[in-house]
Amino acid sequence: MLSLTPEDIQAILLSLKVALTATLLSLPLGFAVAWVMVFRSFRGKVVLEVLVNLPLTLPPVVIGYFLLLLLGRNGWAGKFLDAWGIPFIFTWKAAVIASATVGFPLLVRSIRLGMESIDRQLIQASRSLGARWFDTLVTVVLPLSIRGILAGSSLMFARSLGEFGATIIVAGNIPGLTQTIPLAIYDYASSPSSTMMALSLCLVAVVISVLVLFVHEVLSRNIEKQEAA
Amino acid sequence: MRLQIDVAKTQGHFTLQAEAAVEGQRTGIFGQSGCGKSTLVHLISGLLQPDRGEITLDGLTLFSSEKRISLPPEQRRIAIVFQQAMLFPHLGVKANLLYGYKRCSTANRRIDPQAIIDVLQLEPLLNRGVNRLSGGEKQRVALGRAVLSNPRLLLMDEPLSALDDALRFQIIPYLKSVSAEFGIPYLFISHSVLEMQLMTDRILVMKEGKIIEESSPDQLARNRMATSQTGYLNLLQLQKPSVENGLYAYQWGCGSLLVSDGRDGKKSLFELSSRDIILFKQHPEAISARNLLACTVTELFRSDGRVGVVLSTCGEKLIAEIVRSAADELDITEGSTIFAAIKASSFRRLD
Repeated sequence: MLSLTPEDIQAILLSLKVALTATLLSLPLGFAVAWVMVFRSFRGKVVLEVLVNLPLTLPPVVIGYFLLLLLGRNGWAGKFLDAWGIPFIFTWKAAVIASATVGFPLLVRSIRLGMESIDRQLIQASRSLGARWFDTLVTVVLPLSIRGILAGSSLMFARSLGEFGATIIVAGNIPGLTQTIPLAIYDYASSPSSTMMALSLCLVAVVISVLVLFVHEVLSRNIEKQEAA
Repeated sequence: MRLQIDVAKTQGHFTLQAEAAVEGQRTGIFGQSGCGKSTLVHLISGLLQPDRGEITLDGLTLFSSEKRISLPPEQRRIAIVFQQAMLFPHLGVKANLLYGYKRCSTANRRIDPQAIIDVLQLEPLLNRGVNRLSGGEKQRVALGRAVLSNPRLLLMDEPLSALDDALRFQIIPYLKSVSAEFGIPYLFISHSVLEMQLMTDRILVMKEGKIIEESSPDQLARNRMATSQTGYLNLLQLQKPSVENGLYAYQWGCGSLLVSDGRDGKKSLFELSSRDIILFKQHPEAISARNLLACTVTELFRSDGRVGVVLSTCGEKLIAEIVRSAADELDITEGSTIFAAIKASSFRRLD
């Protein structure tokens, strides 16, 4: 039987909150970075490319450790945050940053694929019809990369739900505060008497993942239908 | 429209170096693919920056490397009709049509959307998605969209190349009437001599990144008579046919022309290759060709080893093509009288 403790429910809600916040926060930046990589040519583009994709290949624990150095008491971003009186490390916000960093390359990759499939002449047509570049960005590039944005968001959301390594280092594993679903499962898995509890949370994770994929599928089908109309 | 160009642009191994001053409403840019026509279109419209030089349109500097001026495309008011219609797939026909119109300042809005919808017969398409349109319909919407942005100049970049023959000649009248009716000058870019003859008054001929000559459409067709696969194409606008023995008899000159591929009631445009006209020194007794015209030779011209014979009959003009030895044997000179035989099936109806 599915049995969830109040802590489990908190972990589920926190996971959803962290994943959603990380995805929403990353979207504008991800869109901008994808746009720069697809439509701009400049020196050092390769460097940007490597940097953006680095979290994909680094062990999440390594990313977490770097974030800890950066955001911790003595890190330069941490000092800045400390001066403003904003505690960051070992809060849910740190979990958001961890998820955002790890999921960012997936988001950018998908948006890029969407943008690369846009015919350049559509953009040229828009410009020659009197649209400024920002106008073209909003009225042509954005709507035509919507499928990539959708795919990227789903991927990133799902990846954030599963984030473990980086999160445990920067946000810790504090029940009720920073404990997300994977961290809670990890706790249960360490004690032999909690198999059922661990399984219940696993089941919740499966259900959420299936839902994410399902919603993504339905939305992209709708877009496809609209385009064919 | 007065356009002055003096620009240079290098892209990879290709260098474009174009210098020209054109005046007039219907100008053509002719050249084989890869000669730099499209690059020139991009430079004029501002989608690409020249390395150096100057472009002015009706006295307004669009680009000048010396004065450090480069108007962005949206400020040039030069609309483009592409080879593929390039309609925005996420917008409906109506939103596509009005895309440029909405972005045009009220002061510059001379053309009423309804007028364009009427001229291009777009009314039945307005509420459709653009993916449900045929190739010809798409190109009509694209043309309407470009014109409704109230441009100073319309760049037509091979707008007919993606259409099949039948459709192409259905679109041409629209292209012409839109420009004439709303007073919009255009640059028509193409590699087809026939399209140049139908669409333009003056032509810039491009080759390997340079503008090598300026000519009239007729001169262009004459120069390319010998090398072209189809020879010189005579264009005949014929009307009011009557049917005789299964052939269409169109009034032409002081008699009539018999044509097999005619059409009832309407006026039609026909092409007749210079190679399909056979010349006789004397009146032949009996021939199978259904048209035999007594003509006067008004002009002879050379084109790569062939001789073009300009024939005149009752105020109408035709150009026939013969090899040099035939010209010598027949002893054709300007002013001589000659008989031209044309098969009824040699006339190809274009629209």
